Amino acid sequence: MMGPNDPKPSITIENGVVTELDSKKREDFDLIDLYIANYGIKLENAEKVMAMDSTKIANMLCDPNVSRQDIVALTTAMTPAKAEEVISKLNFAEMIMATQKMRPRRTPATQCHVTNIRDNPVQIAADAADAALRGFPEQETTTAVARYAPLNAIALMVGAQTGRPGVITQCSVEEALELSLGMRGFTGYAETISVYGTDKVFTDGDDTPWSKGFLASCYASRGLKMRFTSGSGSEVMMGYTEGKSMLYLESRCIFITKASGVQGLQNGGVSCIGIPGSVPSGIRSVLGENLLCMMLDLECASANDQAFSHSDMRRTERLLGQFIAGTDYISSGYSSTPNYDNTFAGSNTDGLDYDDYYVMERDLAINGGIHPVEEETIIKARNQAARALQAVFADLGLPKITDEEVEAATYANTSKDMPERNMVEDMKAAQDLMDRGITGVDIVKALYNNGFKETAQAVLDLQKQKVCGDFLQTSAIFDEKWNVISAVNDANDYQGPGTGYRLEEDTDEWERIKNLPFAIDPQNMQL
Amino acid sequence: MVQEIDEKLLRSIIRNVIAETNQVDTPISFQNETAEASPVNGDQPEPEKSVDWFKHVGPAKPGYSRDEVVIAVAPAFAEVLDHNLTGISHKEILRQVVAGIEEEGLKARIVKVYRTSDVSFCGAEGDHLSGSGIAVAIQSKGTTIIHQKDQEPLSNLELFPQAPVIDGDTYRAIGKNAAEYAKGMSPSPVPTVNDQMARVQYQALSALMHIKETKQVVMGKPAEQIEVNFN
Repeated sequence: MMGPNDPKPSITIENGVVTELDSKKREDFDLIDLYIANYGIKLENAEKVMAMDSTKIANMLCDPNVSRQDIVALTTAMTPAKAEEVISKLNFAEMIMATQKMRPRRTPATQCHVTNIRDNPVQIAADAADAALRGFPEQETTTAVARYAPLNAIALMVGAQTGRPGVITQCSVEEALELSLGMRGFTGYAETISVYGTDKVFTDGDDTPWSKGFLASCYASRGLKMRFTSGSGSEVMMGYTEGKSMLYLESRCIFITKASGVQGLQNGGVSCIGIPGSVPSGIRSVLGENLLCMMLDLECASANDQAFSHSDMRRTERLLGQFIAGTDYISSGYSSTPNYDNTFAGSNTDGLDYDDYYVMERDLAINGGIHPVEEETIIKARNQAARALQAVFADLGLPKITDEEVEAATYANTSKDMPERNMVEDMKAAQDLMDRGITGVDIVKALYNNGFKETAQAVLDLQKQKVCGDFLQTSAIFDEKWNVISAVNDANDYQGPGTGYRLEEDTDEWERIKNLPFAIDPQNMQL
Repeated sequence: MVQEIDEKLLRSIIRNVIAETNQVDTPISFQNETAEASPVNGDQPEPEKSVDWFKHVGPAKPGYSRDEVVIAVAPAFAEVLDHNLTGISHKEILRQVVAGIEEEGLKARIVKVYRTSDVSFCGAEGDHLSGSGIAVAIQSKGTTIIHQKDQEPLSNLELFPQAPVIDGDTYRAIGKNAAEYAKGMSPSPVPTVNDQMARVQYQALSALMHIKETKQVVMGKPAEQIEVNFN
């Protein structure tokens, strides 16, 4: 943060046009400056806010007596360099206080990864149902081999809707294919639409802020939820930083997101976490960038999604800020499988950490987004999801899923426990399925015709939600009855003790978190 | 014989048609107009070391032979950096990929890309030069991709994003699979090795290597043909 080459905050507005932004004249603007100056800043208040003392604004951020709404009026009228300056005034604990207040949705949540290194679709379906029961309202998959994408997307959707209707799913792949999967009804949202803080990184990927904005509107027009992705360190990893600090570059990414009219952003180091993690104050800066995102009134999926350290203490350190404060998605995501099978190259927390994570939630009375589930319930749902996918594959003429595979997926820990599939056949079938124009409706029919009526209904309900589009609101997730929970109807109203989300008041969830299956009742203790 | 189409004539017709619709886009320049083939990122690139096994033999031309696979290496390869993240020498990497291609009876042609250090776009430049339309692109840090001409630049046939887990045998298997794609076959993908701790151990080093590679990028400079000698 506050790198020696970062520009001094400034704005000049003449006749409603920004003629100077962060010490740069309009004629010297690069693409990003121009985009932000044209669309990203509320100009009415801008000169007044820019004249305010950054320390004072930082103070308001962590002062519970100042409402979120009052802060947003100021922060959306800032420039990227000013926002960076405000964040840099906060220490880690103050950032946690500010984050608690500034996250848009009142109820915190978290997202998971569901993947395996063999791209085994039966296992994906079972793991998706498993994760849905644990409480993840959003699930993300990707591929080990790109051509598997349609099968992974379908397996994830069918599995998740079997586990708990209302979970939305995405498949992170090349952008054109990802959009196509959504338009066909195989996914419910998208997140891997990356934006960057320097022009060179944008254009190196054949993109500009405008092309990303266009892509965002494609999703909106199809009723698909979406958010952008950015994160400290990406410009370093791609070799074009222009010598600026990571937080300043990230601030520009967040303003690009706001300028595009996109409802949210996944940020916080994300897959480049090793870079901020290797410099002093880097992990503080990462929480700062999450907070900056929330300051602009954007949904924040706050990373914690990539293997970060060999040290269990440092892994916990990485998670701490977002976990204690609560964000829209504390992780984005938490590896629902053991990291062995995580094809996002490993997450900060994985399936083997569930029990410790539950205990952390219980000990601190914090809703970290998930809760324990009885083993029998999980096994039943895993089996149901695998069988549902078996029926879908049979109905759509995809390579057979055997009973042996269903059985294996029901109990599988990792893909080592799964029988081999013929990957070449699967990939051909995946291409063929795309060529045949199969859509979500075909999947609904396949499920219905084979007796999986509840899952069929859930997949259909998901498609219906895209028509009404209420889940395009900021920070939206669904409950099991497809009620939208978003920053609109569940707005964060934290203003100190006695206000905001309190786990003890969310009695059902608090009961689930307290009810650790492995806790021993003292009554039954053999002494 | 298929009737030959005069490409120049065709292009001029297309240009005229587009001009009539008044939809001529003005090109956007991201660079100073003055420098035609200028280094990006401020710093000057390091001079390339002369390496006896890795010789430049002029600009890379599009190939028309269907039995070739192009190996497109990134700008710092062999002449600025000489080994990947885990210390496998660039010579050994190329030897393995070439061997994998040759074992399938195809020819390997090596080019060095200068326009980009991005592995996908190296692949996209390579497959447009490749007679078979298949290219393997390799960054200096070792990240590798198999790419086909009709794919989106950021898509791939197979991607090996975790350089630290790629060993000599994997590089050979990548060459072999690329050759099989070039022959129109559908090989089983090279098994994915996943080491979730690779990032933890190597990300900072990987960034340093990539920054060095990116300094070698020269905007607008076409790829060069490389002759290798493994003896």
